[in-house]
Amino acid sequence: MASTNVVRDEYSPLVDLEHSHEHEHAPFIAHHFYTAEQQFDSGKLGIWLFLVTEVLFFGGLFVAYIIYRYNRPEVFIDAHQYLDTLLGGLNTIVLLFSSLTMAWGVRAAQMGDNKTTAISVLVTMVCAAIFLGVKAVEYSHKWDLGLLPGNMFSYDPHAEHPHHMISDYLILLCIPFAIVFVVTALISILNLRTGQTLAGRFHGGLAITMLGFFLGVVVGVVWNANMISHEEHGEGHHAAAVGESPVRPVSYVADDATSKSGAADASPATATASNVAHPIDKSLGVFFSIYYCMTGLHAIHIIGGIIALSWIFYRSLAAHWRPDYFGPVDYVGLYWHLVDLIWIYLFPLMYLIR
Amino acid sequence: MATVTQKQQLFGHAASNHYLDASRGVMSWIFTLDHKRIAIMYMYGVIASLFLAGIFALVLRTELYTPGPWFLSNAVYNQMFTLHGAVMVFLFIIPSVPAIIGNFVLPMMLGAKDVAFPRLNLASLWLYWLGGIFFIVVLSTTQLDTGWTFYTPYSTSSSKTNVIAATLGAFILGFSSIFTGLNFIVTINTMRPKGMTWFRLPLLLWGLYSTSIIQVLATPVLGITLLLLIVERTLKLGIFDPAYGGDPLLYQHFFWFYSHPAVYIMILPAMGVISEMLAVHCRKEVFGYKFIAMSSVAIALIGFLVWGHHMFTSGQSELTSLVFSAITFSVAVPSAVKVFNWLCTMYRGDINLSTPMLYVMSFIFLFGIGGLTGLWLGALSTDIPLHDTYFVVAHFHYVMVGGTMTALLGGLFHWWPKFSGRMYNEPLGKLFCFFVFAGFNLTFFPQFIMGSLGMPRRYHEYAEIYQIYHQASTWGAFTLGIGIFGAVMVLVYAWFFGRKASGNPWGAATLEWQCSSPPSFHNFEHRVIVSEPYDFESVIYDESVDGYIPVIPKRDLAPNQQPATATH
Ligand code: HEM
Ligand SMILES: [Cu+2]
Repeated sequence: MASTNVVRDEYSPLVDLEHSHEHEHAPFIAHHFYTAEQQFDSGKLGIWLFLVTEVLFFGGLFVAYIIYRYNRPEVFIDAHQYLDTLLGGLNTIVLLFSSLTMAWGVRAAQMGDNKTTAISVLVTMVCAAIFLGVKAVEYSHKWDLGLLPGNMFSYDPHAEHPHHMISDYLILLCIPFAIVFVVTALISILNLRTGQTLAGRFHGGLAITMLGFFLGVVVGVVWNANMISHEEHGEGHHAAAVGESPVRPVSYVADDATSKSGAADASPATATASNVAHPIDKSLGVFFSIYYCMTGLHAIHIIGGIIALSWIFYRSLAAHWRPDYFGPVDYVGLYWHLVDLIWIYLFPLMYLIR
Repeated sequence: MATVTQKQQLFGHAASNHYLDASRGVMSWIFTLDHKRIAIMYMYGVIASLFLAGIFALVLRTELYTPGPWFLSNAVYNQMFTLHGAVMVFLFIIPSVPAIIGNFVLPMMLGAKDVAFPRLNLASLWLYWLGGIFFIVVLSTTQLDTGWTFYTPYSTSSSKTNVIAATLGAFILGFSSIFTGLNFIVTINTMRPKGMTWFRLPLLLWGLYSTSIIQVLATPVLGITLLLLIVERTLKLGIFDPAYGGDPLLYQHFFWFYSHPAVYIMILPAMGVISEMLAVHCRKEVFGYKFIAMSSVAIALIGFLVWGHHMFTSGQSELTSLVFSAITFSVAVPSAVKVFNWLCTMYRGDINLSTPMLYVMSFIFLFGIGGLTGLWLGALSTDIPLHDTYFVVAHFHYVMVGGTMTALLGGLFHWWPKFSGRMYNEPLGKLFCFFVFAGFNLTFFPQFIMGSLGMPRRYHEYAEIYQIYHQASTWGAFTLGIGIFGAVMVLVYAWFFGRKASGNPWGAATLEWQCSSPPSFHNFEHRVIVSEPYDFESVIYDESVDGYIPVIPKRDLAPNQQPATATH
C-alpha cells in the first residue's frame, strides 16, 4: 500500500482559492457556492423542479376534471354557458401579453439593463392585477346568481335575478386591493417627498399595480352591464344568466333512484308549468366545484406571482442585475410563464366546452 | 509529513471551534442555516414524535390485552390508533432518515459546504414544526378518528372530529417534505466537487436521490388531495362525497398514488443507510454497487405504478386489479436485488459486530420478512382474505419499524461520533439493540398469525381465540418500548459523557469522515480528497489522532512539470 500511496506533506488547506476572484465580480454569491455559474445552475434546476411540483399539484385537479367530464358530459356542456367567454378570452389575452413583457424583462436583465427590466416587470404586474380584477367581476356575478360549488349551488333559472351592476361581493373583493392602494400610494408620496427615490418608486409601482386591478374591475362591470341591457332588449347572448336556458338541465345525478322522483317534477315541461315550487337542481354544482377549485388555485398563484414580481421589481429598481447575475429574474419569469400556461389550459377546458 | 497538530485539527476530535459552538443562544439555532444544526433540530422533533406515538401504541396494546373492552371507549380507541398512525407516518417516519441523517450527512458526503438552498432547508424545518403544531391542536381538541388514510366520505361527512386541523397539518408537512426533496436533488446535481462523479456517490446518496424524486413527484398530489378534502368538508363540493355526486374511489386513487410511493420515501433512505453501514462494518466494498444504486432508482419509478394494490377490494375493475397485482410483483425485484447484494457484501467480509452492524443484520432479516409478506398481499387471491386484517398490520410494521426505524437507530449509532464528537457505550448499545429486535418480533410476528386467522385490523374487541396472540403482542410492545427508550438513552448519555471520538473512528472511506468530529461550521478545513466511496485502502490508521486519516494518492504530475496551458 505504501508503495502506491504516499502521504503528502500537507493536507491542502481550504484557502480562499475558489473564492478570491469570484467575489469581486459577483456580489450576490452565497458562501457555499464556489462560482456564480454553480449558483445559477442550482437555482435554475431548483425552479424547474418546483414547477414540476406545481404541474403535479394542478395535475390532481385536471384528473378530477377529466373524470367528471367523462362521467357526465351533459353537466359540463350545460354548465359552460354560464361562463362568460369574452371576459375569459380577454383575460387570456392579458396573460399572454404579460408573458411577453416578462420575457422582455428577463432579456433586459440578462443584458444588465435594469431600467427596462423594472418597466417590463411593472407592466407584467399590472397585467396580473387586471386579470384578477376581471376575475373578481366574474366571481361576484356568479355568486349573485347562486352559481356556487357543490351543495351550495342555488341557481334558480326561474327566479328574478338581481340586476344591480355592482354586487356586494364585488365590493368585498375590492376592499383589500383598495387598502393596499391607499397605503402604498401614501408611502410612495411620503418617500418621494423625503427623497427616498428607490422606496418611493417601489411603492408607487405597487400602487399602480393595484390600479390595474380596478381597471380590470371596471372593464368587467361595463361589459356585464352591456350584456344585461342587451338581454332586456331581447337579444340575449348571455341567456343562461337570466331567464331560461335553452337546454334546461333535468337532473344529472347518475343514480336513478333518487333522481327519478326529482327528475319528474323538474323536467322542463312540468317546471315551466308550475313556476311555484320546484327543487333546485344541484347537479351543476360539481362543475362549479371544479371550476372554483381550479380557477381559485390559479388565482392564488397569480397573487403569489405578483408578490414574487414585486420583489424582482424592487431589485431591478435597485439595479442589482448584471450580465453575470440575473438568476432571480429568470426564475420568477419561469414561474410566471407556468402560471400563464395553466390558464391557457384552463380557458378552453372551462369556457369553450362544446 | 503533516504535523501532528495539523492532523489532529483536521481529523481528530474537535474540542472547540465546531458547528455546535460556532454561535450561541436559542436564536442561533432557530435561525440557523447550517444543515447540521437543522438536522439536529429535526432529530428532536422526530424522536419526540416517536415517543408520543409510541405511548399511544402502548396504550392501544394494553387495551388489547383483553378481548372485551377494558379502559378505553370505542371512540377513544379509534382516536388513539388514528393519532398513532398519523403521527408515526407524517411526523416520524417520513422525515426520519432523510431529515436527520440526510440533512447532516448529505452535503458532507458530497464534499460540499452545505445544501444548495440553506434557506429553503430552514423553511422545511419550520414547516415541519408548523405541521407538528397542527397535530398538537388536534390532540388537544377533538382528536381524529378517520385512520391515517382519511378515507372519504367518512372523513368529509360523518366524522365529528377535527379532520381539518389534521389534514392541514399533513398538507403542511407535505410541503416540508417536497422542499427537502427538491433541495437534495439540486444539491446532488450541482454541488459535487471535482472528482465526485455519479458513480462515486455513496449509496446513501443514491437512496436519498431516488427518495427525493418521489417526494417531488408524489407529494404534490397528496397536497392537492388533502386540500380538496378540506374544501369538500367545509363546502360540500361533491368531488369525493357521493352524497353530493362525488366519487369516493377517486379519493382512494389520489391518496394511494401518493401513499404507495411514500412507503418508498420511507424505505429507500433507510436502505441507503444500511448500505453505508454494511460496507464500513464489514470493511468490504459493497457488492454490486451499480445494481444497488440503480435498483433505488428503479424502485422509485416502478413504485409509481402499483398504488392500486391497496384497492383490490374497493371495487375497482378486475382487469385493473390484475394489472396492479402484476406490477406489484415487479417492484419486489429491485428490493430483492438489494437484499442479495447486501448478503454478498457480508460474505467473507471482516464483520465487526458493533451496534450499527447488529442493526444492519436485523434490518436485513426483518425487511426480508416484511417484503416477502408484501408479495402475499400483492397476489390477488391471497389479498382478498388478508386485506384489512392484522396480516397487513404486521406486514407494514415489519417494513416500517423493522426496516426504517431499525435503520434510523443503527444510523444514529453509526454517525453519532460525527454528530456529537463522542462514542456511545458499545455493550449497552448492543443490549438495547437486542431488546429492539426481540421485542419487535414478539410484537408483530403473532400478528401475522392472527391476521391469517382472520383477526380484522382496527377493532377494539375480539374473539377469545385471538387472545393469546394479542397478549404476546402486548408483551412484545413493552419490550420494544424498553429497547427504543434504552437505545435513545445510550445516545443521550454518550452526547454528554461519552469517550471523545476522532474524525474517523470506523475507518470509513466516505467524505463525511474526512473532517473533525464534530465537524466545523464549513464542514471541511482542507480540500477533500475524493476517492471511491468504499475503497478502504484510502484511509489509514493514525495513532496521533486515534482514528483514521485519508491517504493522499500519489500524484501523476511531477511538481516541476508545469502544465503547458497555465495562463493565470
Ligand atoms: C417489497 C415490496 C412490497 C410489496 C410487494 C408490498 C405490498 C403491499 C400490499 C399489496 C399492501 C396492501 C395490503 C392490503 O391492504 O390488503 C401493502 C400495504 C402496506 N404496505 Fe407494503 N409492500 C411492500 C413494501 C412496503 C414497504 C417498503 C413499506 C413501507 C416502508 C410498506 C408499507 C405498507 C403500508 C403502510 C401498508 C398499509 C397501508 C394501510 O392500509 O394502512 N410496504 N403492501
Ligand atoms: Cu403499497
